Amino acid sequence: MLPLDLLFEGVLFGILLGAFYAAVSMGLSVSFGLLDVPHVAHPAIMVFGSYCTFVLARMGLDPIVAGVLLMAPFFLLGMLVYRFYYEAFERRGAEAGVRGIAFFFGLALIIEVGLILAFGVDQRLVEAAYIGQSLRFGDIRIPMRTLAVFGVAVVLTVLLSLYLAKTFTGRAIKAVAQDEPALRLMGADPVRIKQWAFGIATAVSALAGAMLIIIGPVEPAMDRLYIGRTFAVVVLGGLGSMTGTIAAGLILGISESIVLIHPALGASWAPAVSFALLLLVLAIRPQGLFGR
Amino acid sequence: MKFWASLVVVLALVVAAAFTVKNEFVFYAGYTVLLYVVLATAWNILGGYAGYVNFGTPAFFGLGAYTGAVLYKAFALPLGLQIAAAALMSGLLGLFAGALTLRLRGIFFAIATIALVVIMETAFINWRYAGGATGLQLLRPPPTAPFESYIKMLFVVMAAMALGAVALARYIQDSWIGRGLRAIRDSEEAAECSGVPTLRLKVFACTVSGALMGAAGAPMPMYLQYIEPSSTFNLNYAVGALASPMIGGTGHWLGPVIGALLLSSLQQYVTVTISNEMNVLVVGVLLVVFVVAAPEGILGLAKKVGARWKR
Repeated sequence: MLPLDLLFEGVLFGILLGAFYAAVSMGLSVSFGLLDVPHVAHPAIMVFGSYCTFVLARMGLDPIVAGVLLMAPFFLLGMLVYRFYYEAFERRGAEAGVRGIAFFFGLALIIEVGLILAFGVDQRLVEAAYIGQSLRFGDIRIPMRTLAVFGVAVVLTVLLSLYLAKTFTGRAIKAVAQDEPALRLMGADPVRIKQWAFGIATAVSALAGAMLIIIGPVEPAMDRLYIGRTFAVVVLGGLGSMTGTIAAGLILGISESIVLIHPALGASWAPAVSFALLLLVLAIRPQGLFGR
Repeated sequence: MKFWASLVVVLALVVAAAFTVKNEFVFYAGYTVLLYVVLATAWNILGGYAGYVNFGTPAFFGLGAYTGAVLYKAFALPLGLQIAAAALMSGLLGLFAGALTLRLRGIFFAIATIALVVIMETAFINWRYAGGATGLQLLRPPPTAPFESYIKMLFVVMAAMALGAVALARYIQDSWIGRGLRAIRDSEEAAECSGVPTLRLKVFACTVSGALMGAAGAPMPMYLQYIEPSSTFNLNYAVGALASPMIGGTGHWLGPVIGALLLSSLQQYVTVTISNEMNVLVVGVLLVVFVVAAPEGILGLAKKVGARWKR
């Protein structure tokens, strides 16, 4: 077993990491959890957001501000992607399954290689006042960057949950997920609502991308690692439940952090944690913690 | 009859090439193309016939490669036995993973297979005897007579495997198993209600598909004279195995063969003339273009053109 102080440190860092994981999974929680789009390219779009943040930060912008600014163009990008997906697959009906997945897989590849061609395979990072410093509490040092990301993650999560629960469009998005034909009978256009929701999901991914590059260096192929993390969080959280996504993010963050800190396991086992968790959930409780 | 005759002709051509062509690069490149024929054909048994998207190709392929490497390191087993053992191991992986995950549908199954890849990779990174994260250097034994170079021998072995895989896929497609798998793809509920043993068929397809991928992986350490986890369990294998049938056409055994021959020849060409990144980009773009514009692949396009011709 772990000594108590190590365990405490693991849990503490796990909570910080977990809030970050919840935030990077929020977009997927909407696009895949609520809209049922097999969005395997979600992490790739997020990494694209990181690189856009990198470019803006090099021009002197604060990375968090850059991430917020990027939300507008990414919103449009998301609407465009969904429109294309709808016209090419959903509208033609039934057999979208295999080809829809293949489409997003291809899209992820194109983004990844595009980033390699534009920026090379080297790791990139951003500079800011809060990056590089750390706070000390007794023996434990917490890097400021994780605290900054934690703050942004909490704000983002709260705002998105409120938006979905309180506003008219937010409720409409939830309604699309619950019963599309009924919405159609009410005279609403489910495709337009889905397009809007996908735009929001993509905008959230832009901010998530900014957090990704604040918390550590980013490279183009990083999306492959985050496919497992984001899908694990969304599935464990119960597809589209915001509370579930937060809880699942914390569970993943804490388990990964404890594996990381554990003397017998360490960093080489950490990437398997999210996937093992995902397999476990799929095998035992596919509807997740807060299933709809 | 025509099918078997053409198999024999192709095999004869391959062997003749191995004894006449002097340029070794032809065999290096040809080996990779044939490898993708096996992977694409194997992928199509589950992905094309039954409609279950498998991103786990690297897990099966990599387990096969490591089985070959470890057996060679431990007992210096001959290549044939390495391949047989690799097929067995990856087949077992297919059996267990299939039984666990094939109750899942669509994207859930696909994500579960990505999980399989990462877990296998992590396991081998942490296994010291198999070289850990740094990998294992292997020395090739001398080639078996009548081959004068090892790479030519590997080329002929891979060609034989490709033909075997195609024959197996064709057999499955034409048998009641293939009909059952197609019924699953069209409507799993309807198939289940009509008495098709859906789970058993899916697990069977996953096992056969995994065994073929593992067998195809076994000669890889000998080909590279080296094995290392991150390139062995690379998702690029999954991309190739999935994109080839999508481009060629998933419904027929000929689809993945056409797709793999075209795609990997193109990839070899692009890698040599432009760059390795460009080669991945080509696959991504072709994949997206085909799934959007030509859902039935090249075979579907050919059929359409043929129908118009007759009219």
